[in-house]
Amino acid sequence: MADTPIPLEVRNIKKRFGDTEVLKGLSLQARKGDVITLIGASGSGKSTFLRCMNLLEQPDDGDLIVHGEAVQFKQTRHGREPADWKQVVRMRAKLSMVFQSFNLWAHMTLLENVIEAPIHVLGKPKKEAIEQGRALLERVGLTARADAYPAQMSGGQQQRGAIARALAMDPEVMLFDEPTSALDPELVGEVLKVMHGLADEGRTMVVVTHEMGFARDVSSQVIYLHQGLAEEAGPPQDVLVNPTSPRLKQFLAPKY
Amino acid sequence: MEWFNALLADNRIFTPNTIAFYWEGLVTTTQLVFLSLLVGLVLAVPLAIGRSSRHRWISLPIYVYTYVFRGTPLLIQLYIIYYGVVFFDGIQETFLWPMLREAFYPALIAFTLNTAAYTTEIFRGAIKATSRGEIEAARAYGMSPGLTMRRIILPSAFRRALPAYGNEVIFMLHASAIASVVTLMDLTGAARFVYARFYAPFEAFLFAAAIYLCLTFAILFFFRWLEKRLLAHLRPQSG
Repeated sequence: MADTPIPLEVRNIKKRFGDTEVLKGLSLQARKGDVITLIGASGSGKSTFLRCMNLLEQPDDGDLIVHGEAVQFKQTRHGREPADWKQVVRMRAKLSMVFQSFNLWAHMTLLENVIEAPIHVLGKPKKEAIEQGRALLERVGLTARADAYPAQMSGGQQQRGAIARALAMDPEVMLFDEPTSALDPELVGEVLKVMHGLADEGRTMVVVTHEMGFARDVSSQVIYLHQGLAEEAGPPQDVLVNPTSPRLKQFLAPKY
Repeated sequence: MEWFNALLADNRIFTPNTIAFYWEGLVTTTQLVFLSLLVGLVLAVPLAIGRSSRHRWISLPIYVYTYVFRGTPLLIQLYIIYYGVVFFDGIQETFLWPMLREAFYPALIAFTLNTAAYTTEIFRGAIKATSRGEIEAARAYGMSPGLTMRRIILPSAFRRALPAYGNEVIFMLHASAIASVVTLMDLTGAARFVYARFYAPFEAFLFAAAIYLCLTFAILFFFRWLEKRLLAHLRPQSG
């Protein structure tokens, strides 16, 4: 265990948009099997933090280490950029992301969505990718929808399909960006159930969520963000059950 | 039916001779439209990608090209190319001259440049309309910009552009009628010839119009079939 590299480590990430500093130095270490949930009010920087982890946003400062490999940066006219985009492609292939608005490719069927990146990014043989894709669709309960287009599926089905697409990359770490926020309340459960199953089988996950029940049940660590800083972090029973900071207490208090 | 039989009985116009004329005109029109659309399409794909570029020194020249060709009448473009090409010094000595001397190639060049300009703008609109989230998902899954363009943006944009492009094809077919003014014996040219010989404007031009109508229907059905196949993802599921 000790000599396998840590799947994902970020140190002192800073990010500003214009004059607003949205991330003021955030760190996180996801060891194998960790489920880290990021909570906080909107505007606290939790989604931006997650997006910095696979460089959908470029952090202005800080280190990013994926599976023991540090991402190299260079300074350009436009700010700080990755020095080697090939390295970025390689590290992105190890981190797969599930989005709030699913972002399935609309012109492809569900199965085509699932096999697309394994074939064209990882270079997997098509036959193998299809086999794996079908197995993953079965796992998220969508065998019958393999040939459906995203527009023909419910939000919950699309999000479960997006999770299958993420799993098809055999990722080191899965990043979830508010995966249930765009869903009707009655569809949230089916997605959380799939995520619960992933946590149980030891997947390493970083999850931005508003589902406090999910955070409490499956997290190994909860980080509460406020204005770009980690205000409180620790195991869920500490952070969610016995919060110390007044702001987190207020955040967790029933809203109505 | 009586009038129809009467029409056939004293028909002196639609002899095998004139029918052959119309047939050759139809072939010329089809060749001209098909070739210009094909080359225009091939040109339009890279042009549309360049037109969508963030770098102004790539997108601006393409914008100027599409603006000029969409901003001037096709007939004027045809005149400039047909009558203007001879004024290039030394062009008569080159191997191009035997081709450019004919009316067909100047017309082909004018139509190609014209349809490429329109098609570029149609594709550019479709490329711009690609969902940000889908592009972001492609990046997040490790696709390079080139792969994202090839696998995600273009296939989705082509499908979105299909109905508008179908209109462009029909427009080109009808615009090709003006090729007859530079002596090209296309379908309209054949009709003009038959009209002049028999002084029978209705018969000569209505017959040509009927052929254009049939061609338009064929194009419409082809695109309807394509849309049915390729735009399935945009239709909500029935049942």
